[in-house]
Amino acid sequence: MTIGIRHLFGLRGVSKKDITLILDTADSFREVLDRPIRIVPALKGVAVLNLFYEDSTRTRMSFELAERRLSAEVVTFAKASSSVSKGESLRDTVRNIEAMKIDLIVVRHKSPGTPQFLAANTNCRIINAGDGSHEHPTQALLDLMTIRRHFGRVEGLKVLIVGDILHSRVARSDIWGFKTMGAQVDVCGPATLMPLRMDDFDVNVHHDIDRIIGDYDVVYILRIQRERQAGGLIPSTREYTDLFGLTRERMARMKPGAVVMHPGPINRGVELDYDVADSERSLILDQVTNGEAVRMAALFLLSGRGGTTE
Amino acid sequence: MNDLLIRGGRVIDPSQALDDIRDILIRDGKIERIAAGIPPENADVFEAAGMIVLPGLIDLHTHLREPGGEEAETIRSGCEAAARGGYTAVCAMPNTEPATDDAGRVQFIRARAAGCPARVYPVGAITRGRKGAELVEMGDMLRAGAAAFSDDGCSVADARVMANALRYAGMLGAPLLLHEEEPSLAAEGQMNESALSAELGLRGMPRTAEEIMVMRDIALAEYVGAPLHITHISTRGTVELVRAAKARGVRVTCDVTPHHLTLTEDLVATFDTRYKMNPPLRNRDDIRALREGLADGTVDVIATDHAPHYPENKEVEFIYAAFGVTGLETALPVIDRELVRTGVIGWNDIVRLFSSAPARILGVEGGTLKPGSVADITVYNPDSPWTVDPRRMKSRSVNTAYFGWELPGRAAATVVGGVPHPAD
Repeated sequence: MTIGIRHLFGLRGVSKKDITLILDTADSFREVLDRPIRIVPALKGVAVLNLFYEDSTRTRMSFELAERRLSAEVVTFAKASSSVSKGESLRDTVRNIEAMKIDLIVVRHKSPGTPQFLAANTNCRIINAGDGSHEHPTQALLDLMTIRRHFGRVEGLKVLIVGDILHSRVARSDIWGFKTMGAQVDVCGPATLMPLRMDDFDVNVHHDIDRIIGDYDVVYILRIQRERQAGGLIPSTREYTDLFGLTRERMARMKPGAVVMHPGPINRGVELDYDVADSERSLILDQVTNGEAVRMAALFLLSGRGGTTE
Repeated sequence: MNDLLIRGGRVIDPSQALDDIRDILIRDGKIERIAAGIPPENADVFEAAGMIVLPGLIDLHTHLREPGGEEAETIRSGCEAAARGGYTAVCAMPNTEPATDDAGRVQFIRARAAGCPARVYPVGAITRGRKGAELVEMGDMLRAGAAAFSDDGCSVADARVMANALRYAGMLGAPLLLHEEEPSLAAEGQMNESALSAELGLRGMPRTAEEIMVMRDIALAEYVGAPLHITHISTRGTVELVRAAKARGVRVTCDVTPHHLTLTEDLVATFDTRYKMNPPLRNRDDIRALREGLADGTVDVIATDHAPHYPENKEVEFIYAAFGVTGLETALPVIDRELVRTGVIGWNDIVRLFSSAPARILGVEGGTLKPGSVADITVYNPDSPWTVDPRRMKSRSVNTAYFGWELPGRAAATVVGGVPHPAD
């Protein structure tokens, strides 16, 4: 089986066939994670650079573990900012690192389009680990994997994404991924945390969670950054919780069998009630484990070792 | 200085209702005579058969970057780019380092421009350091040679300061060239606000940020009874505001760039920073409105907003990239290809948009080929196809948005004050 993309920039435009291949491959790597010795030689001799220009603990750890479990050579370069004033330009940095013979770059950066920028300036394969508010494809893939394993399918499910859609790369990648796989996706949140124009996404926009909470199979809660209050986008996190938070009462009105997801890290008491994250409906820790498997799959398929159509 | 005879070109000058094959004799820096079959006698001859001869192009909006940004452009390299593009004069915007905000800095620009192949009209800042608070010494700067004032790069945010600038400049008869952008609405913006900006996760610059400032400044100009010029307009709403203001007698003029007339925001989807500019590229509907504005006279001028940038400031992550594109060497051929050959405007309009209206707005000589006027002339070869190669430009910078474009023609020569500057 071969994958039809050279880089994983985002899920927009990625085919159902390619997403299915990644999810199927991830399911088989998931078995590796349940073995006593959690390592395979799939990427032996492949050098991977983790280039993290934004604070990230769990995504970086997840990628590093995935790489090591595939027996790749791993180097990590983490820095708060890539601005020229603080050293050399990103282009010079990656050209220098590439000269050390790197095959694949996993990049997180606050500027949308940085994965494309790296692809244009190196010969490496690129995996986007989050570019500003643009995309975070491995998060959406792990969400799809989690849903598929839980429900046995994605097709036909109704998914509600709740929160700060405006700033969320997770929301964007999830919308593309879920829709490509045949789910219906709607969004809910304060008007000031929605893009003014969402035509391209083809989703229904809601502002009254109580009216619709019972309609969905998956309620996907996004993290609310406390700085949105200082930025004048919401009056207070308290009011946010009141209007949009997933409280116990709201959770009780969800469909039977409906699940709660969250990309982490969670703000207990803000976007969800203290014990909602630990409830039977919560798939949050499954998401984390599946993240390992899905990243192993993406690394393996994009390394070329899984074969490509090129 | 030898006499110069530009022989056999198609001479276009609406100021004397002329569009025909003529010879132009130039003597002592002035147009001496226009007629058919002028004998050369002792004059140097430039053969212009098959070419279009126009009053010299004047760019109302050029960034020459000197002082402070010489790695991107110098006054000399910018003038060479201007000449290559067919311009005989450019307005040097004041957002240099330091800003052009006193008479000494105006004199510096004029001194550096001496001997360059295009005239340079220094534009002074409206406020000291372009900080939007205290007015510059406009009278002193005008005496030193400033042609206009602008805080280009941003708006004068404070309405009272802007009203006073309009009154004071109006008293002196000095044009104000206004960049219209409400700063809080456009803050940290990277591209046009749209469905595409939402998709790309890039902070949007809403059309409203431009239009709200256009509304304010038209209102202020009416209030104090002064003229104003709005530079690089980019939206349908602005075209409609200017059209309505002109209809009720406000002395408002405006210009538009070639890129806002020809390129759309869709190009940003590649994250290629050569499409990052301010105002941002908008969409097809805005282009349609801007073109209608050109044709009906709402838009007075096409100006380049030539904005050279050193690669270190452009070939970086999208949100860190500088705003702006070069334009002097591509403006006329791009407009020829996209608007003249498609029948949107004619060559008479080209003279108005590139030469006579800029001269009138600035109050400088040029814009006509009438005998006795200054011999600033553009000779354009409309049948000289070339491909835009950023590495083969006169500008020091390579950030053109038209890389790879096939253009139909190119300036063959300019004449500035009677001195010929043939293209290489």
